[in-house]
Amino acid sequence: MGLLDGRRLLVTGVLTDSSIAFEVARLAQLEGASVVLTSFGRALRITEKIAARLPERVPVLELDVTDPTHLDTLVDRLGAHTDRLDGVLHSIGFAPPGALGGNFLSTGWEDVATALQVSAYSLKSLAMAVRPLLVPGSSIVGLDFDATVAWPLYDWMGVAKAALESTARYLARYLGPEEVRVNLVAAGPIRTMAAQGIPGFEGFEGVWGERSPLPWDVTDAGPAARAAVALMSDWFPKTTGEIVHVDGGLHATGA
Amino acid sequence: MAHSEQDVLAGLAEIVNEESGIPASDVTLEKSFTDDLDVDSLTMVSIVVAAEEKFGVKIPDDEVKNLKTVGDAVHFIVAQAA
Repeated sequence: MGLLDGRRLLVTGVLTDSSIAFEVARLAQLEGASVVLTSFGRALRITEKIAARLPERVPVLELDVTDPTHLDTLVDRLGAHTDRLDGVLHSIGFAPPGALGGNFLSTGWEDVATALQVSAYSLKSLAMAVRPLLVPGSSIVGLDFDATVAWPLYDWMGVAKAALESTARYLARYLGPEEVRVNLVAAGPIRTMAAQGIPGFEGFEGVWGERSPLPWDVTDAGPAARAAVALMSDWFPKTTGEIVHVDGGLHATGA
Repeated sequence: MAHSEQDVLAGLAEIVNEESGIPASDVTLEKSFTDDLDVDSLTMVSIVVAAEEKFGVKIPDDEVKNLKTVGDAVHFIVAQAA
């Protein structure tokens, strides 16, 4: 018996098979879930190819979380594949180059707004888009990077992650009465394609190499994915508004 | 399965053409993906995914940034497939 037997999940954010979301989709299928993926724009074709590497076939729907039409039609488009959702993975983040890499003091609002809309507000947009399909006991999980401190060069993406953390708490508050849980997994650095776009990513690797109590493997998305799968199972029935750190324990250390 | 450098270059040129529209004859070993062929990061991902499937190799995400020229990619694929 699998942790997610009979559960139906929507998984965003699969680009390559190194994506954390890919590992979540893969593990979820192995644990008995049926999965629908989303992707958008030019990435859609890549996601479709990568989806073929999952243990089971999955549909890939187009979803740009900043496009109201995509959001408004999502339930109808999901309808061809499922009549309910038990879990949603939000694995979406973007900051324009000008909002990262040491430009913090000179980044304009336009770039900041994009980072916040795509990386934080989209958690609310996605939750609202699928709300009619969410059943009691369902679980929304977002991917986070610890935003309690200021990291070198992470800049407005760090601010966006802080906004994501707060958005998750408010969503937990508003969706709790419907028995929908909202939690985040704050993972340590993992060498995904998304990470390649983060200036100073190698610096994070160094910090984890030196300070993580548990040995940290930057090439292994498995630990973060397992936490996401666990949160989407019924083994955390009364946990919401929580941030589960899957970072080798680094968040708990001083120096 | 082992591939010759020439086979990989020809196959890769075909992929670059399919994914970006750049004429296959422009895809030569010394060309830089970004500077000479104007390949952006998302197109590069689609080239890598197609190359993985065509040549039966695994190109890790964090390796992609090291594949600056067509020659870098060809040599990586030849070494992986050996």
